Amino acid sequence: MIGMSTRHILLGLLAGGPSHGYDLKRRHDERFPQARPLAYGQVYTTLQRLVRDGLAEVDGTDSDGGPERTLYRSTDEGARELARWTGEVAPPAPFVTNEIFAKVVVSILASADPAGYLRAQREAHMARMRELTAVKTAPGADLATVLSADYALSHLDADLRWMTTTAARLTTLTAEVHPA
Amino acid sequence: MSNPAPLLAARGLVKTYGGTPALRGASVVLRQGEILAVTGASGSGKSTLLHCLAGIVRPDEGSVVHRGSERLDRASEKRLSTLRRTEFGVVFQFGQLIPELTAADNVALPLLLAGAPRAEALERAGEWLERFGVRERAGARPGELSGGQAQRVALARALVTGPKAVFADEPTGALDSLAGEQVMTALVRTVRECGTSVLLVTHDAQVAAYADREVRLRDGAVLTDGADADAVLLEAGA
Repeated sequence: MIGMSTRHILLGLLAGGPSHGYDLKRRHDERFPQARPLAYGQVYTTLQRLVRDGLAEVDGTDSDGGPERTLYRSTDEGARELARWTGEVAPPAPFVTNEIFAKVVVSILASADPAGYLRAQREAHMARMRELTAVKTAPGADLATVLSADYALSHLDADLRWMTTTAARLTTLTAEVHPA
Repeated sequence: MSNPAPLLAARGLVKTYGGTPALRGASVVLRQGEILAVTGASGSGKSTLLHCLAGIVRPDEGSVVHRGSERLDRASEKRLSTLRRTEFGVVFQFGQLIPELTAADNVALPLLLAGAPRAEALERAGEWLERFGVRERAGARPGELSGGQAQRVALARALVTGPKAVFADEPTGALDSLAGEQVMTALVRTVRECGTSVLLVTHDAQVAAYADREVRLRDGAVLTDGADADAVLLEAGA
């Protein structure tokens, strides 16, 4: 996810009430089904930083028959920070740092086969889009799954449009990167 | 993993309209029960390829083989007309429903033309409208339907005779993305249940992603085909 902030996502999950690290990790993975799952270590480190910065605090412990677990809750300052972040406009693509773009430019520089690479990449993109379409249209798919698949499909589609245009431009582009 | 047998196999198709080449040696295989997307830029020959495979247009050169032996490029007009009525269904971007008829009558029409009694034809039409989630619009005329509803009625009409293949040319091209998604989801679910093959022409990668496989055309020739085309064509008798 572009500009993803684990601290703000955890603050958002805490907005519903106190929670412990294990539960936050589980809820994160449910809400962001196509994202990389959060590591436990990352959850606990982030919670400690939120406490250090006054955005969250310890709300006691909860054993629930098993090992004792620390409950965390958001502070008022945490709620204000969350409101600020959710309303803040994300910078629209300030830098073009994409691996596909980099590979095409480098393969032109290195006189490799950018057109061949683009064909292979297109096949991989289409295969992933078929997977995501199947996930999203499966009976009983929940809203979080549909939204995340839509997001991924739109971005893969944008890549494909760029790759199609680039394949058509390749002759011109090669001349520009390699001026006579 | 063994692949299902080819339903249609085209080899070396050439078609020229008034001196402008639309196809320059395109080869493609549509297997039984598969959904095959044909993609490419405007003017790349996608629709002409669909027309040749569906027996709507005869290629200038090349062969179209149906079920391993029947040469559609040499078939009589009468035979092609029978195939289009019984074995093939066609859906276009828009304008295919008869405006004076209700949705139910539009869907019943292919059955009536095949000689089915009216009550039976209307009952089956109702079942197909139900499958596509538009039964409550059965009495509406095409002008009273939304774009997505009209396309779902058109799909019901294309499938009501139980065809072996459906040819869909930009079926969501005139729809917004959510209406397009409903149309594609309904189409895919139904053809999977019935084992129908689909040749899906689209310029939209998100629509092509509903298919099992993609064939890309450029300048009237196939740019990529995941299948081992020559071996498959040989097997298919093309």
